[in-house]
Amino acid sequence: MLNGLLTGAVYGLVALGLTLVYGVLHIINFAHGALLTAAMYAAYVARASFGVDPYVAALPLAALFFGVGYLVQRLVIGPASRGKDENILLVTLGLSIIIENLMLAVFRSDTRSIDVPYAMEVIEFGPALLSYPRVIGFGATILVGIALFVLMRFTATGKAIRAVAKERTGAALVGIDVAHIYAVTFGIGTACLAISAALLLPSFYVSPRVGNAFVLVAFTIVVLGGMGSVVGALVGGLVIGVVESLSGLYLGESLGQIGIFLIFILVLLVRPTGLFGARA
Amino acid sequence: MSTNRIARRSLMLGGAGVLGAPLVAGAQAPAVKLGILQPVTGALSQDGEYGRLGAELAIAEINAGGGIRALGGARIETVFGDARSNPEGGVAEVEKMQAEGVTAIVGGFASPICLAASQAASRYDLPYVVDVGVSDQIVSRGLSNTFRFGPGFGVVTQTALDNLVALNDAAGKPSRTVVIVHEDGLFGSGMARLLNTELPKRGFEVLETIAHPTPARDMNNVALRIRSLRPDLVIPSSYYAEFVLLSRTMQQQRIRPKGIYCVLNGAASNYRFVREFPDAANLVMDCNHWPDPRKPRTAELRRAVEAQNRFWLYNVPLNYSAVMLVADALERAGRNDRAALTTALAATDGAFTKHIMPYGPTRFVNGQNQAGAPVNTQVQGGDIKVIFPRDFADAQPVYPVTG
Repeated sequence: MLNGLLTGAVYGLVALGLTLVYGVLHIINFAHGALLTAAMYAAYVARASFGVDPYVAALPLAALFFGVGYLVQRLVIGPASRGKDENILLVTLGLSIIIENLMLAVFRSDTRSIDVPYAMEVIEFGPALLSYPRVIGFGATILVGIALFVLMRFTATGKAIRAVAKERTGAALVGIDVAHIYAVTFGIGTACLAISAALLLPSFYVSPRVGNAFVLVAFTIVVLGGMGSVVGALVGGLVIGVVESLSGLYLGESLGQIGIFLIFILVLLVRPTGLFGARA
Repeated sequence: MSTNRIARRSLMLGGAGVLGAPLVAGAQAPAVKLGILQPVTGALSQDGEYGRLGAELAIAEINAGGGIRALGGARIETVFGDARSNPEGGVAEVEKMQAEGVTAIVGGFASPICLAASQAASRYDLPYVVDVGVSDQIVSRGLSNTFRFGPGFGVVTQTALDNLVALNDAAGKPSRTVVIVHEDGLFGSGMARLLNTELPKRGFEVLETIAHPTPARDMNNVALRIRSLRPDLVIPSSYYAEFVLLSRTMQQQRIRPKGIYCVLNGAASNYRFVREFPDAANLVMDCNHWPDPRKPRTAELRRAVEAQNRFWLYNVPLNYSAVMLVADALERAGRNDRAALTTALAATDGAFTKHIMPYGPTRFVNGQNQAGAPVNTQVQGGDIKVIFPRDFADAQPVYPVTG
């Protein structure tokens, strides 16, 4: 259970960016996994080449990837998709292929990991041994979730994002720069990925397709939590983490994945908009 | 004066002719197109890259040495195909290689890719030499085009079990209970079935068999299960990334069995793992493919690989040897012809010595080299040492692990 919560928190953080981008831009971002991979390589380079701890690198990386996301939306996705959903799918899919192959060309296919002094440290919690990186990951995810909630609820940018999400034309009429808000939102989503990458690296590996291991579960969490809901992504992540952990324990690791989709179908049957999704 | 000039001109022309002769001869002998099939994108890309490296080193060596002499010094031309880590990708590349007119294909790495690709190649009577794929199904389908130089998991498991019993007996039988952890694909599942049948016959009790998917996101459940069962031995059969995750999680959860005895494990015989996680890797044993450390070419090849800033993985010597096998068969066939090559491959005997594996005289039965055999390695002091077979081991096993 505890194990599932800790794993689920990072799933939730990976899903946060996805849900934000979907909620505002209505973009099903197929490049999400590839961007996570790129962020993990960035955190890897920070550690392997410059000796920077991934947790220290998290905030600078978030800033860097905010910029990357902003530019990608402003210069690539926006102009290339021309507002059409089918174009957006193709553009983001194309982006993911380009990013993955770029990573393959630069870093080759080797599976790489970093060794940090605290990687093997554990906190004893009753009979459970909880590793430092996972506990830190859990705490950081909650903090990022709160920060994002505050940003969306109480800041001018957050209000503009919500306005654009709700009524794009109306927002434009009251003077909101819609293209800018789209890019900011994509940037925030990508920044969340950078933080996820920094949190994952001390206990996980990086390879050119590593993001794909998380992206399907992230899509599931977005729908389960309610598309566009920040709280939904976090709670959905925790639910999926626990379900995966428990079903893995009782059904076996291989069959454990079934539990994710069973709970997914069950929630959608009872509540088609997802756990925290707005009613139609 | 005039005579001198003519003589000088004749000499120069003659010299140029002599120097140019091999080039002309080389140009005249059509190249042999050899398909190299590896998964260089997708989940298995690391293994595929190292497989390609081994094949390329062999091809470079053959070409630098004058090509295939029986074919007038024909060079080997690589036709590379990316299997994209799945059988469908492998089959698609076989079709492309067929269209390109390759004489043979080497590679595949994973059992499902090898199974599908060799089957596709059989439709064109195209000789297919498996590099790694260990499923015994690969050579039990009666396909006359399919050859495997290395051992299958039947032989590997048998050897692993024999060596495990020898190891345990020599230490006074400290281990009795076992947990098997395996990837849930063709290779891991087949291996687990065999281990489950054979371990009890040898006095071990299998407490549980845990399958995991590839790629796996988390190994905490597996580690917690192992911790609750408290086995004497853990036997993992997984690909690289999953074993790295498992061993690190076991270390975090302070699981210290008397031995981690891997069978065909992707990480335990991998210098990257040893360098990156010396503590988690230390004293892990593996029964796997490994080159013969006594052969001078093994050390030379390893130096060449490390000079490229790459790690020494078993994929390199296996693919190197598989390409050398094809070259040897082409020499004996004397024709750039698929049927002749298949016949020559099937007739390979002890005279084939250009490989660097620790095998006896090569002899194929139903496409399987009867001399293919694994070795046991153990990570000791940041290095990978051979502990079995004893006649070329370069270290004594450290077992049981204490502390």
